[in-house]
Amino acid sequence: MTMSATRWAATRRKPGFAAAMVHRLSGLALAIFLPMHFLALGLAFDESRFGAFIAWSDVSIVKFSEFALVTALAMHMAGGLRILALEILHWPATATRWIVSAFAVGFGFGLLFLMGAVS
Amino acid sequence: MTQQGADRPAPPSPAMLDVEIWRGGQEGHYEDFRVPRDENQTVLDVVTYVQRHLAPALAYRFACRVGMCGSCAMTVNGRPRWTCRTHVARVIEGGRMRIAPLRNLPVIRDLVTDMSTFFDKWQAARGRFVGTEGADAGVGHEPARVRPASPERREADAAIECINCAVCYAACDVVSWREDYLGPAALNRAWAAWNDVRDDDRTGVLRAVAVAGGCLNCHTHQSCTEHCPVALSPTHSIAGLKRASMQAWLRGELKS
Repeated sequence: MTMSATRWAATRRKPGFAAAMVHRLSGLALAIFLPMHFLALGLAFDESRFGAFIAWSDVSIVKFSEFALVTALAMHMAGGLRILALEILHWPATATRWIVSAFAVGFGFGLLFLMGAVS
Repeated sequence: MTQQGADRPAPPSPAMLDVEIWRGGQEGHYEDFRVPRDENQTVLDVVTYVQRHLAPALAYRFACRVGMCGSCAMTVNGRPRWTCRTHVARVIEGGRMRIAPLRNLPVIRDLVTDMSTFFDKWQAARGRFVGTEGADAGVGHEPARVRPASPERREADAAIECINCAVCYAACDVVSWREDYLGPAALNRAWAAWNDVRDDDRTGVLRAVAVAGGCLNCHTHQSCTEHCPVALSPTHSIAGLKRASMQAWLRGELKS
């Protein structure tokens, strides 16, 4: 048995690591989403194709994906705020995670509400 | 003498404790031991019991036993901890405990790691005081006055109590990803040094840490801050170094 292979998971069961991972993975999700988003916008030049796309986007699984994207956006923003708070404002590292978690939840719900109100 | 705490309920823990302890070097295995369970037992007490009664060849490090020297850090149930101040009751999982050497450092034998890299990085981060050069340095000079309430003094105060236990170094993911990363303890020390207004070469600190493998490589996982046994915040110190480095770079002070 090699030492390095045996001791991994436990140090990562902490909010700071989770926050960093959420930030990274949501950023990846957004990076994948953005080109697709611009592709969809490009369809707007052709009215019939855009209409078909809008109809397709009304399916519940697409709606669910939109929910996931909004959450990813909110979480990514919150992750960015966390880094900014720590590094630019130089807030205490321990308090920041609670404050920014609140931001994440609040902003996430806010955007969800907005989505519900618009559609 | 009155019996203190006589009406306290008996501890729910079993009378014996199952412990697995790493034996060998980088390659090795866990060995099982059964140790009598006491109410106020620390992890270090358990390791000491094993060495004194069950496995005399067991290698481990400790010195002060009161959380000052930073010698006895080990990995307990997957997390780096100072074992002399960690009560078994706080870390036991299902009546068991697994004790291993610190992560991110080469294992010499059993629970003893080679900490040379850790201290070499401390030096590399220029965590030492640099006074005015020359034979007459300080002669005829007024002693520097540092107000306790000055921002620099406060920042140095917050970072200065490090006991060099390497718990943060073992908890850090960036250290495990790249060998040249200076690590939280060295950078925390550099932050304290940079905040020493008497230092003759404060920019030298930034030159030492604003390099590949320096403060800018921190991913802000905050594992160092969350595991530090003396509640320091290397994350805060590293963030300060990042900011100071950026400001120095904008002023053109980091050009070699």
